[in-house]
Amino acid sequence: MTEQATALPTAAREAEAEAPARTRRRRHLLETLRAIALGLGFPILLVLLWHWAVAYTGTRLIPSPRQVAVMMYDFAFGGVYDDAFSATILTHIWKSMQRVYGGFFLAALSGIPLGLMIGRIKLMRELLDPTINLLRPIPVTAWLPLSMIFFGLGPNAAIFLVFLGAFYPILLNTVFGVRSVDVRLFEAAAMLGCTGSAMFRQVVLPASLPAIFNGLRIAHGFAWILIVVGEMTGVPTGLGSVIMDGRTLSRTDLVVTGMIVIGVCGFVTDRIIVTLSNRLLAWSPQHHA
Amino acid sequence: MPETQAQAVLALRGVTKRFPVGDGEIEALARIDLAIGRGEFVCLIGASGCGKSTLLRIVAGFEEPTTGEVAVRGRKIAGPASDRGMVFQDYALFPWMTVRQNIGFGPRQRGLSRREVDAIADEFARLVGLERFADRYPSQLSGGMKQRVAIARVLANDADILLMDEPFGALDALTREQLQRELLQIWMRTHVTILFVTHSVEEAVLLADRVLVMSAGPGRIENSIAIGLARPRDVASPEFNAVRRDVARRLTSHLIPARDREPSLAG
Repeated sequence: MTEQATALPTAAREAEAEAPARTRRRRHLLETLRAIALGLGFPILLVLLWHWAVAYTGTRLIPSPRQVAVMMYDFAFGGVYDDAFSATILTHIWKSMQRVYGGFFLAALSGIPLGLMIGRIKLMRELLDPTINLLRPIPVTAWLPLSMIFFGLGPNAAIFLVFLGAFYPILLNTVFGVRSVDVRLFEAAAMLGCTGSAMFRQVVLPASLPAIFNGLRIAHGFAWILIVVGEMTGVPTGLGSVIMDGRTLSRTDLVVTGMIVIGVCGFVTDRIIVTLSNRLLAWSPQHHA
Repeated sequence: MPETQAQAVLALRGVTKRFPVGDGEIEALARIDLAIGRGEFVCLIGASGCGKSTLLRIVAGFEEPTTGEVAVRGRKIAGPASDRGMVFQDYALFPWMTVRQNIGFGPRQRGLSRREVDAIADEFARLVGLERFADRYPSQLSGGMKQRVAIARVLANDADILLMDEPFGALDALTREQLQRELLQIWMRTHVTILFVTHSVEEAVLLADRVLVMSAGPGRIENSIAIGLARPRDVASPEFNAVRRDVARRLTSHLIPARDREPSLAG
């Protein structure tokens, strides 16, 4: 078996590879540190530019990084301004996350099964595809008045708007994923005795998973973007409402603080999705993000 | 080991296939009648576009014949089923499953317990020499290993008819020879019936009990040549070369344009 001999490291070769393994680990660590340094370096540079620009122009409309840092500290721990926003960060994050993930999971729960069916069943495609492509170009913000009539002034309207924004990328990527699966895989499954709903669960879904995860990631980004729009609907708490309040009160330090918190929340949760997808898609060498 | 039509495990009666193209139709297969005996190794050879893959896909149940029928052990087939396992040229392994899960896919559909499925999968991984790679994903295997998985996957599902569509066409010469040897060993050990599509005369003569020569426009079986060479066959022997020349001659005689062909050959 010449082929196996080349593919399998022999015991001797494994022993030989033992020593370089440590160097390889060290090189990997250095590589990671370098990536972190570069990734952090650029935002630090931006903050320096910001500081310099505010100091140079002497504007009072834009807060300096220092003022925002103080606001951030007060928002998180209190003890500086002791107003309605002091030490309320967790409440706002928690409320916003409920809306972001309420809308996001509703979109995933409906978009993925619907996408699998539209991708695989011709009748569903013919029935739904024109309608979806008609509704899709309508901006989410255009739904704002109607959603407030449907759901009243409250969190449900925000969840609905997030859902709308997250639904289309999930649906379209799922459909695309199913449509681009090699037909042979379905044939292979059929000849091995796989039919009906087992086909969806065991072949269609896993085969489309790389595309589905792309859709989830895009939709997740949209969900955080839309939270500000969603919380314009007159809810008292949430990061979006903090920004709206900051605008009304002309407190730009509060506005920028809210922006940064949303950015960080979106970043951290995106990393969770990427980690999850890398784990679930370990079989797909093309999909490491 | 040719057998009579009555004992045929696979029988095609009056199978034709026409594809719609634009306003018209293309006749891909003219009337095909064929009987393959239990345990027989039949190679289907012909130039590309002669309809040999279409014929195989009809036998697999992936496509329906326009007229005629395919019967397995006397019963008309209705779509793909686990008694006929296809081995594709491009493997068609499930990339999200390990070697063990790919091989165990068929048994799993039959509702066996996880332990039984794994036992069967390991047994067939051993049969194709991949027991040490059972936990790898297809993307981590070479082409030859992938094709071994594909063969094990249909055998593990108790397929007793193996349909192979140029299975070694994408492999390098060394790997191909090795897999041809292994396929013959598996065939002798398991007594499966094999219908093997190839465009290599040498491969057909090396493997088959019987070589069916197909010609194009529309596709039909021109010759059925029994290969009487003793096994194992030596590709360098004069006997082998004589048979190969004979098959090659019959194959190329159909490549001349249809209008120049002698009517007597068309029968």
